Amino acid sequence: MFNFTVRPRRLFGPGRRWVIAVPLLWLTLFFLLPFGIVLKISLSQAAISIPPYSAVFDYANETLNIILTFGNYLFLATDSLYVSAYWGSVKIALLATVLCLLIGYPMAYAMARAPAHWQLVLLLLVMLPSWTSFLIRVYAWMGILSNNGLINNVLIWAGLIDSPIRMLNTNFAVILGIVYAYLPFMVLPLYANLTRLDVSLLEAASDLGSRKLNTLLRVTLPLSKGGIIAGSMLVFIPAVGEFVIPELLGGPSTLMIGKVLWAEFFHNRDWPVASALAMVMLAILIVPIALFHRYQSRELEE
Amino acid sequence: MRKSSFSGVMLIAGLLFLYLPMLVLVVYSFNSSRLVTVWAGFSTRWYFELMRDEQILSAVWISLRIAFFSASMAVCLGTMAAFVMVRFARFRGKTALSSMVTAPLVMPEVITGLSLLLLFVHMAQLIGWPEDRGMVTIWIAHTTFCSAYVAVVVASRLREVDLSIEEAAMDLGARPLRTFFQITLPMIAPALAAGWLLAFTLSLDDLVIASFVSGPGATTLPMVVFSSVRMGVSPKINALATLIIMAVSLATLMAWYVMRRSESRRRQAMLQDMTAGR
Repeated sequence: MFNFTVRPRRLFGPGRRWVIAVPLLWLTLFFLLPFGIVLKISLSQAAISIPPYSAVFDYANETLNIILTFGNYLFLATDSLYVSAYWGSVKIALLATVLCLLIGYPMAYAMARAPAHWQLVLLLLVMLPSWTSFLIRVYAWMGILSNNGLINNVLIWAGLIDSPIRMLNTNFAVILGIVYAYLPFMVLPLYANLTRLDVSLLEAASDLGSRKLNTLLRVTLPLSKGGIIAGSMLVFIPAVGEFVIPELLGGPSTLMIGKVLWAEFFHNRDWPVASALAMVMLAILIVPIALFHRYQSRELEE
Repeated sequence: MRKSSFSGVMLIAGLLFLYLPMLVLVVYSFNSSRLVTVWAGFSTRWYFELMRDEQILSAVWISLRIAFFSASMAVCLGTMAAFVMVRFARFRGKTALSSMVTAPLVMPEVITGLSLLLLFVHMAQLIGWPEDRGMVTIWIAHTTFCSAYVAVVVASRLREVDLSIEEAAMDLGARPLRTFFQITLPMIAPALAAGWLLAFTLSLDDLVIASFVSGPGATTLPMVVFSSVRMGVSPKINALATLIIMAVSLATLMAWYVMRRSESRRRQAMLQDMTAGR
């Protein structure tokens, strides 16, 4: 590891540049650049044309006219619908993340402490649902929660209730759906982190007379901070922009920004407002994304 | 598990929580009634109706093709990105590359979908391509976010691989490209397979991004399922769900069998490959 900076250059002479260029160019063109375009469109005006927005840069008579419209952002800030949609998304995502952590942490802990030959089976069991289909797993809850669904039918049959409880199309259903869909992504980084935990530290704590709960709170939890952050971000960030779950499980009162953006884009065909919504969402999420990136790159460099 | 029975109970409860809804889906796919929620006897009629549904069948075929090509391209791009991040020392753009590899893992789909659509619209205006959106634009979109997942999976494996074997090959005069294909590639092959499968399932499953960048000609399976599910529960979708769950379970069982047979060191490495995925 001493001549780390020298070796690669020797190893990968002229071809090196190409190996770097291909993924860098692809991701710049298809991931980074599009954000610039979203920013541009968010500063244009909706127009009845194809595509449905006004030009931002206009070159005519040897002059370049740049017309920036900040109206879309002003519109978002003043209309209470959008403000409460952002607030609602963050609130629901936060609640779901905390619930995921409360369920996922003990699961990951038990997996990491399980006998070695069981760990692979348990890991596959936790991950398998996420490899099936997101859409279908959300759909499963529609049949369970609806007014004539499984839970209500069973409760009525048992004589516990007379009329069905409304569970589908509520915020409760949305949070349940997010917890259900994203739980594997919470357990995975926690498990990866907890398996690397040095058991001798726990033994040392117990030898020094620390109680189990005390060890958990003051040794295990701080040591698994990285896994907690990674898992929470893997749930929270996508959940804020979630569209499928509030659309299928939520009701008319469920205000989430992903659903609003979808409606602005597909139903109102207001591309500039949809772009502004995306930019503001990105601004809200930039700190969590940076936090996640810091953890991930630390993982990659270890 | 013996030390902490609470976490053991939570693990079992968590697994039940994950699997019971899927079990309900499977059970009701064999219900003869159109009302998914009322049991009216065993029947396989919905599977036959599913097989006769032209719209679903053609969507399956489109989705499988897109997923195959997206996964294949994502493995190429993702492996290159992983190789650059793990094997190359600092260079200009390394931070940018690593950010662009981790950000798609968490980026909300509506943002990715919208931004790519706007890019395609702009490109069409500027250079006249892509003329109309469809399978190719979905392929580009899926390749982009899937290659990020592949890069993470492959990078974690690359870090485990003994560098001295590659160095030995090159000291003996093998050119870098030959070293990569004859030495490195066989050693990271399990991670490439895991990355390809992960990318394949991610592409097959994507609704939101595909809805944004798709055109009139290309309706993928999740798009058909979504428009049907929006109207309420339908036993045909339950039958489809059962088939998907069975296929994934079978593939996982096979993967488990392969991993169990391979020596424990390799298994540990593969375990790490998988955990790096998400």
